[in-house]
Amino acid sequence: MNQPLLVTASQKAGPRWTLAIGAVVLLVLLALPLLSLLPAGHSLQVSAYTLTLVGKILCYAIVALALDLVWGYAGLLSLGHGLFFAIGGYAMGMYLMREASGDGLPAFMTFLSWSELPWYWVGTQHFAWALCLVVLAPGLLALVFGFFAFRSRIKGVYFSIMTQALTFAGMLLFFRNETGFGGNNGFTHFRSILGFEITAQSTRAVLFLLTVALLVASLYLGWRLARSKFGRVLTALRDAENRLMFCGYDPRGFKLFVWVLSAVLCGLAGALYVPQVGIINPSEMSPTNSIEAAVWVALGGRGTLIGPLLGAGLVNGMKSWFTVAFPEYWLFCLGALFILVTLYLPRGVVGLLKKRGEQ
Amino acid sequence: MPKALQRLFLGLLLLLPLAAQAADADYFIAAKANEQARLLQDWAAQPDPARLELLSSLQQGRIAPDDTRNLRLNNRLRGLVDNALASHQLLSADAEVRLAAAQQLQKSAQPAQVAFLDRRFASEADAAVHAALGLALANLQLVDSDPAVRLAAVRLLGETGDPMARTRLQALLEPGVESNAGVRTAAETSLAQVKRKLLFGELLGQAFSGLSLGSILLLAALGLAITFGLLGVINMAHGEMLMLGAYATYVVQILVQRYAPGAIEFYPLIALPVAFAVSAGVGMLLERTVIRHLYGRPLETLLATWGISLILIQAIRLLFGAQNVEVANPAWLSGGLQVLPNLVLPYSRLVIIAFALFVVLLTWLLLNRTRLGLNVRAVTQNRNMAACCGVPTGRVDMLAFGLGSGIAGLGGVALSQIGNVGPDLGQSYIIDSFLVVVLGGVGQLAGSLWAAFGLGIANKLLEPQIGAVLGKILILALIILFIQKRPQGLFALKGRVID
Amino acid sequence: MKRRSLIKAFTLSASIAAMGLSWSIQAAETIKVGILHSLSGTMAISETSLKDMALMTIEQINAKGGVNGKLLEPVVVDPASNWPLFAEKGRQLLTQDKVAVVFGCWTSVSRKSVLPVFEELNGLLFYPVQYEGEEMSPNVFYTGAAPNQQAIPAVEYLMSEDGGAAKRYFLLGTDYVYPRTTNKILRAFLHSKGVADKDIEEVYTPFGHSDYQTIVANIKKFSAGGKTAVISTVNGDSNVPFYKELANQGLKATDVPVVAFSVGEEELRGIDTKPLVGHLAAWNYFESVDNPVNSQFVADWKAYAKAKNLPGADKAVTNDPMEATYVGIHMWAQAAEKAKSTDVDKVREALAGQTFKAPSGYTLTMDKTNHHLHKPVMIGEIQDDGQFNVVWETEQPLRAQPWSPFIPGNDKRPDYAVKGN
Repeated sequence: MNQPLLVTASQKAGPRWTLAIGAVVLLVLLALPLLSLLPAGHSLQVSAYTLTLVGKILCYAIVALALDLVWGYAGLLSLGHGLFFAIGGYAMGMYLMREASGDGLPAFMTFLSWSELPWYWVGTQHFAWALCLVVLAPGLLALVFGFFAFRSRIKGVYFSIMTQALTFAGMLLFFRNETGFGGNNGFTHFRSILGFEITAQSTRAVLFLLTVALLVASLYLGWRLARSKFGRVLTALRDAENRLMFCGYDPRGFKLFVWVLSAVLCGLAGALYVPQVGIINPSEMSPTNSIEAAVWVALGGRGTLIGPLLGAGLVNGMKSWFTVAFPEYWLFCLGALFILVTLYLPRGVVGLLKKRGEQ
Repeated sequence: MPKALQRLFLGLLLLLPLAAQAADADYFIAAKANEQARLLQDWAAQPDPARLELLSSLQQGRIAPDDTRNLRLNNRLRGLVDNALASHQLLSADAEVRLAAAQQLQKSAQPAQVAFLDRRFASEADAAVHAALGLALANLQLVDSDPAVRLAAVRLLGETGDPMARTRLQALLEPGVESNAGVRTAAETSLAQVKRKLLFGELLGQAFSGLSLGSILLLAALGLAITFGLLGVINMAHGEMLMLGAYATYVVQILVQRYAPGAIEFYPLIALPVAFAVSAGVGMLLERTVIRHLYGRPLETLLATWGISLILIQAIRLLFGAQNVEVANPAWLSGGLQVLPNLVLPYSRLVIIAFALFVVLLTWLLLNRTRLGLNVRAVTQNRNMAACCGVPTGRVDMLAFGLGSGIAGLGGVALSQIGNVGPDLGQSYIIDSFLVVVLGGVGQLAGSLWAAFGLGIANKLLEPQIGAVLGKILILALIILFIQKRPQGLFALKGRVID
Repeated sequence: MKRRSLIKAFTLSASIAAMGLSWSIQAAETIKVGILHSLSGTMAISETSLKDMALMTIEQINAKGGVNGKLLEPVVVDPASNWPLFAEKGRQLLTQDKVAVVFGCWTSVSRKSVLPVFEELNGLLFYPVQYEGEEMSPNVFYTGAAPNQQAIPAVEYLMSEDGGAAKRYFLLGTDYVYPRTTNKILRAFLHSKGVADKDIEEVYTPFGHSDYQTIVANIKKFSAGGKTAVISTVNGDSNVPFYKELANQGLKATDVPVVAFSVGEEELRGIDTKPLVGHLAAWNYFESVDNPVNSQFVADWKAYAKAKNLPGADKAVTNDPMEATYVGIHMWAQAAEKAKSTDVDKVREALAGQTFKAPSGYTLTMDKTNHHLHKPVMIGEIQDDGQFNVVWETEQPLRAQPWSPFIPGNDKRPDYAVKGN
């Protein structure tokens, strides 16, 4: 499987089916928020619980997709994507906190008797600047880290461990109260976004639609990338970097581009996640979360565009169900899943489906 | 008749101390806390050998060795008991008891005891006790009315490296306290002297804590240096091997307590082989069932071993409960060695440093001086070539993985002696372990050694300056920067291998 | 052989649980109550026993006929120490399972995470752990201590003659909101008592910190300057290495007493307590408290742990948050009886002024306005059997001050629960 699956699949007989299923899923996703606007008690009404749950999973799906771009296509396993996700979330959270506190300081600052906002909070009361931060903060961090890492040709395991150290350091930093992001409580108790009440059903529906839109856009972007020459260079980079260099390509630029792109996608996903879930705190940066994201990708099938989405959906869906039905056995199940997938499904669920399709 | 009276009188006299003691005890137990405190202070100023037994019982929290009456002492009273007991022990015939008592009095003596201490000081024959008493006395004489006495006391305090001396001298030098210019200058010189000594002790202490932290990092990372460094398995379950070792220690402790209570002092030594066997066994089992299928796919070993670690954690949680379990330090690992007045080296840490070096040596010998080691190195360098030469690569993999896990188990025994033993024990060491191995250079035992001690010392040098939290963050940032400079770690394998 | 039987027991209990699940769906006319405690992840260590305590209490209430003639049906979910998951599970309990009340949360951040959900859906949460205050939601009842019911009395004790008349204070904590806020309140309190800044040292460590060499050396250095007490808000897990280091470096409780706010009987189970003897903890309940209610409570718990084969059942202990859980559930049940309904607004009204004879030996009252319990404060000295010897206690329960007067601006806060604060 040297070519991305979607490319292969679209060359074979599959595209009609893939497209059909995709269209149905998309329709359902678009229908969900509209159904949630129905009056309570209506038989078709979708509850806020379902909506936020699916919205959360969709945000995770975007992270999985972003991770897949760097891991599945460029062969760089990042164990630090939670950091970019959380930074995007924090940038949005800063705006929401300002919106909730009006002219005063956010609640956690008054509580520490801070009299004025730290410099990095300047301008966060404007939604536009917050949006810029959502893109810029994870993007710049990724750019700087990537620039140095790729310049010294750090790859493979080293790269994974370094990204893990990065997110761990980030978590410790954000845990500090003095850092000015609410310490381990992070940000909660948001009230409104752009003047709309955050708990209103319509606000939820719009946020959900935006998440779907971002997901579709990232899918499209990924698809274009995968089909382009750029995508092939990336795949070549993953499979034989040295040969690619001998062919006269400089891999650094390619890596850096896809790395930063992936970080920005994560940041955007984080920004959509925070208002839907209602909390952002440093535990999002814990190395465990980032490893879990890698599992979504591996489970779904890396190097494909659909796989990560499937993986994120499956694992999180299972988590939501299992933690209710058998709380004590959830970790056994998750652990077994990791092992079985790596042993028997090296190409993930998508690989399995594809095999069946070929038979 | 007079004779009989005389006898009775003598007998009463002999009984008097006993009676006095019983009366003291009864009076003490009936008194309110404030009265008890006053009593203890009085006793400390005027020691009476008859009260020795009462005071030593009080120190144990009882009225008398065989009296089970409930005695409510608080920390203040305990401190006063210690002080009064020391006062009484100065009357002991044993010079060592007197020395310990004099040292206690250096910390706790009260102005009311000056007269008594003065008398003991004058009559003390043993040189060491004499000197110790002199210091205890000097502490109190700083406020003496006679400038000559104060001067002598100040000079004497300058000789010690006692942190309390610094505070006392500083208090003396506060404006308006000491009027005599001679004493002031002497106090200034003494203070400078004490500060120098204290600084020396502090620096030594920092160096030691760095070494100690390094040895713990080393023990945590050494197993990983084999499973990850040599076999190339990104073993996220490494932390759980440490945890298994620690739980093995716990189980051994319980079994020894139940079946061989006499050997309880040495249970950590018994735990060493058990922990090694348990972790190595689990490690080999995992290698055979899971990891074997994943060689050459390092990133996937990461996911699979992460899954294994989740299962192991939850299994332990179900078996032993989510709470931490109690692993006690035996007496020979409790307490510490007083090197300088402000420097105590805990025995447990000293033992762990030695143990870490011992394990490194053992591993080095195993890898470089045995057939197994040769085979492991051969497989690491070129699996196919080794197989062609008749090395049973499968078996070697299993044994090497078992060895790495077993060493982690040994690390677990050591960790159980200084920290928590709980299901999450491994999680807190896994990132540090990876950083040590990566920083040292994958596949390099010596690299891990230097990296562990380097990190430990750097961490301990930074901590007093910027605090533990920022220190940790800074260390992580420095490692990331360092790896940019030397992507292969401190000790890189030399060669022109390219993928 | 023990393990094998344990594993058998687990599979058995799992299948029984599954059967029970399907049964309970069929049984009608029950009142569902939610239990929201982490059973996996880092907080499982503390929260699992609260879940079991809640189940025991519910069982006891059911044995006496339930509430308003209906049996209580516990719905247990596992938020897995994951804060956003707390919000999700909270919403699930309220909207999907339609529980009448939720007992749960341990960390402040988990409470902060579910709070907006409970306020939005008008749910009812009982929070059983001591915390930093600065909160008073109409949808939460706080059965743990506010800072003035734990931290301040503890410091007053240290200042007293009996507590050792400490002159200098070393405030040591894990770097997160509870220690930071508590220490801020304590610093203001110490200032008000005339303690100067040079006699207060504040040090923080990261989560899971295990190397206390430098800090203990600093405490030693600091304590050379006068009678010192350490006030520790070190997070549960880091306590063992801290106390071990303290003992090994020769700092005794008589020299430098440590008073801890997060060390209770449950935490001491995992510690060799010999080096800790004489150090202090401040709580509102200790297992060693001697009164008939408590004897019954402790005996019930031990029997329950044995009957349910909980891990470590032979050494089961009770502690303050467990008592707070127990009190909370009973108070809710009483209020629901009084209101003759489980409707949140009615129960809330009925809860004001509700009283309960608690295992602590006091009759506790739910405050009429501020949603906190009036609680007695006890200082216990750690003993070598892992229990506490109460050396000091308040004469009567104290009213909580969730808005601490030592934090500027709090004087303007209303003394009743308002949404969104």
